[in-house]
Amino acid sequence: MSAQFLQYLFAGLTIGAIYALVALGFAIIYNASQVINFAQGEFVMAGGMATVWLANAGWPLPVAIGAAVALAALLGLALEKFAVEPARGAPVVTLIIITIGASILLRGLAMLVWDKNVHALPAFSGDAPIRIGGATVLPQSLWVLGATLVIVVLLAAFFNRTLLGKALLATSHNRLAAQLCGISVRRVLLVAFGLSAALGAVAGILVAPITFTTWDVGVMLGLKGFAAAILGGMGSGAGAVLGGLVLGIAEAMGAGYVSSAYKDVIAFLVILGVLMFLPGGLLGARASERV
Amino acid sequence: MAFRLLSMIAAALLAFAAHAQPQPIRIGAFLAVTGPAAFLGDPEQKTLELYVGKLNAAGGLLGRKLELVSYDSAGDAEKARTFAKRLIEQDKVDVIVGGSTTGETMAVVPLAEAAGIPFISLAGAVVIIEPVKKWVFKTPHTDRMACEKVFVDMKARGATRIALISGAGGFDKSMRAECLKVAGKYGIEIAADESYGAADTDMTAQLTKIRGTPGIQAVLNAGFGQGPAIVTRNYKQLGIALPLYQSHGVASKEYVKLSGEAAEGVRLPAAALLVADVLPDNDPQKKVVTGYKREYEARYKSEISTFGGHAYDGLMLAVEAMRRANSTQHEAVRAALESIKGYVGTGGVVNLSPTDHMGLDLSAFRMLEVRKGDWTLVK
Repeated sequence: MSAQFLQYLFAGLTIGAIYALVALGFAIIYNASQVINFAQGEFVMAGGMATVWLANAGWPLPVAIGAAVALAALLGLALEKFAVEPARGAPVVTLIIITIGASILLRGLAMLVWDKNVHALPAFSGDAPIRIGGATVLPQSLWVLGATLVIVVLLAAFFNRTLLGKALLATSHNRLAAQLCGISVRRVLLVAFGLSAALGAVAGILVAPITFTTWDVGVMLGLKGFAAAILGGMGSGAGAVLGGLVLGIAEAMGAGYVSSAYKDVIAFLVILGVLMFLPGGLLGARASERV
Repeated sequence: MAFRLLSMIAAALLAFAAHAQPQPIRIGAFLAVTGPAAFLGDPEQKTLELYVGKLNAAGGLLGRKLELVSYDSAGDAEKARTFAKRLIEQDKVDVIVGGSTTGETMAVVPLAEAAGIPFISLAGAVVIIEPVKKWVFKTPHTDRMACEKVFVDMKARGATRIALISGAGGFDKSMRAECLKVAGKYGIEIAADESYGAADTDMTAQLTKIRGTPGIQAVLNAGFGQGPAIVTRNYKQLGIALPLYQSHGVASKEYVKLSGEAAEGVRLPAAALLVADVLPDNDPQKKVVTGYKREYEARYKSEISTFGGHAYDGLMLAVEAMRRANSTQHEAVRAALESIKGYVGTGGVVNLSPTDHMGLDLSAFRMLEVRKGDWTLVK
């Protein structure tokens, strides 16, 4: 029984960590611009697909990964530069619709540039499962968890210790005041898009050996990541991580103990319940309406 | 006046010329060449083009050329219906070969029935031919046959208490329902019945639950797409030692590639076409499947799939029926189709009759096992 529980927990933690990374990407862009970037899932896809593509072209895996993350970051920068920035005066809703358009464009491009097939990336360190207390974990799951942890620590340091990170935070708190202090809001936006695209790509690469990757893998992962971000509290970094893990574990436990047919129902019920009582999300700002 | 006379003569001459050149026989098709079901429609379209070309090069049919009129329905039932209407009313085709998915096919069935035009579907589900519809035929095996084939093999290995895990797609759901329906007939008890979503990325929870169900002797995954590959990998990860069966829905090299080593020992029912090279020489289908494989791969430089084979069978059945009827008159062709016996196609040996519009039996399926990353025939 406890071995079973452990197995569900591992499954939930692994996928939860990925949701968390995607949710962090949502949070960063939301903070900088109040925009919910619905192309976030496509960055996840681009990371995974580019790595597979480069690895198949004979590049060593670490180099391919680095290049794929860089490519995704470039995509993020391009999205900001050529689609979001020209419309900067437009209402937030318009910007969100622009990101939806971008996501459709990116999926279409992926189909043309790469292909419509499903690809598997070789696991970073083998496929031999590791036994822990009667449950089994793939080495790749440990990679996912470890990398997520490292990224969260790095992000925390970035936001609290570097000038650029603080500028990002300042912009999220009050855009006008930040601008008046001499922070280039435009640059902050650019950084936010690049950073969250890179994050998404890392998530896409980490899961590619477990869940495979294909041109439309970003749709569902993006949606789940968005749900995780809302659950944790939109804009909160710690909330994004917590939201991702809670969502992942709720799904796995739901599938294991209740019914696999209602797995998604259970996950979304958890979200509904949380939002009913904590409209700001688990760790979101307690709403205080300013007049 | 002279001009009018001249033009009348010209028109008469033109009409005569058009008459002297017999009208081509028009084969209508609507296929999901793009969209989510493109992996079905694309090889089907290529196969039809290839073989209509070859038939014409060999002199056509009944002294007339064949002409393929094909539309891309993109897997959309609504579009399929529109295109089928156009095929019947504007293009006035003689027979329809098409419908990559069950949804598209079922949307067109009422049109074909009302217009009274022979319609050979390329989609899988059993509802297409059951109950029998006067004008509708189909070439692929049904999911029910896949269940039966798997159950027969399970019994032979002494497994009667099994677990079923299936996806949320149309194919998956339909096969699950058929398996549940026929399990009793084969003395199989389905003790666990789990499912996963279309975009799910981890099935260890479901499989752990199956492992925890007492007395399970084998597991069947009714699935399509990448889900079964994930199931296979998770299965290996959890170290479940029971025999794992997949469906004909993943009978492609892609599944083996995605699953990697975890696919070793997995069994699945599939058409003879997939194992054309390892079929014994005395197999009745050997000649047809190796011939089709050679032609297709030489022309398109890509691997064959069973789906293209369904289109080949559909076209060849239509041609055979017209040849037998010695006309393209709809009722005559329909009656000729029903009289076809012992036609050897890529999908199996077809014996059509007024009560069976598919004409395949379990021998159409071969039980395959993955060994060293390739298919081998069981037994």
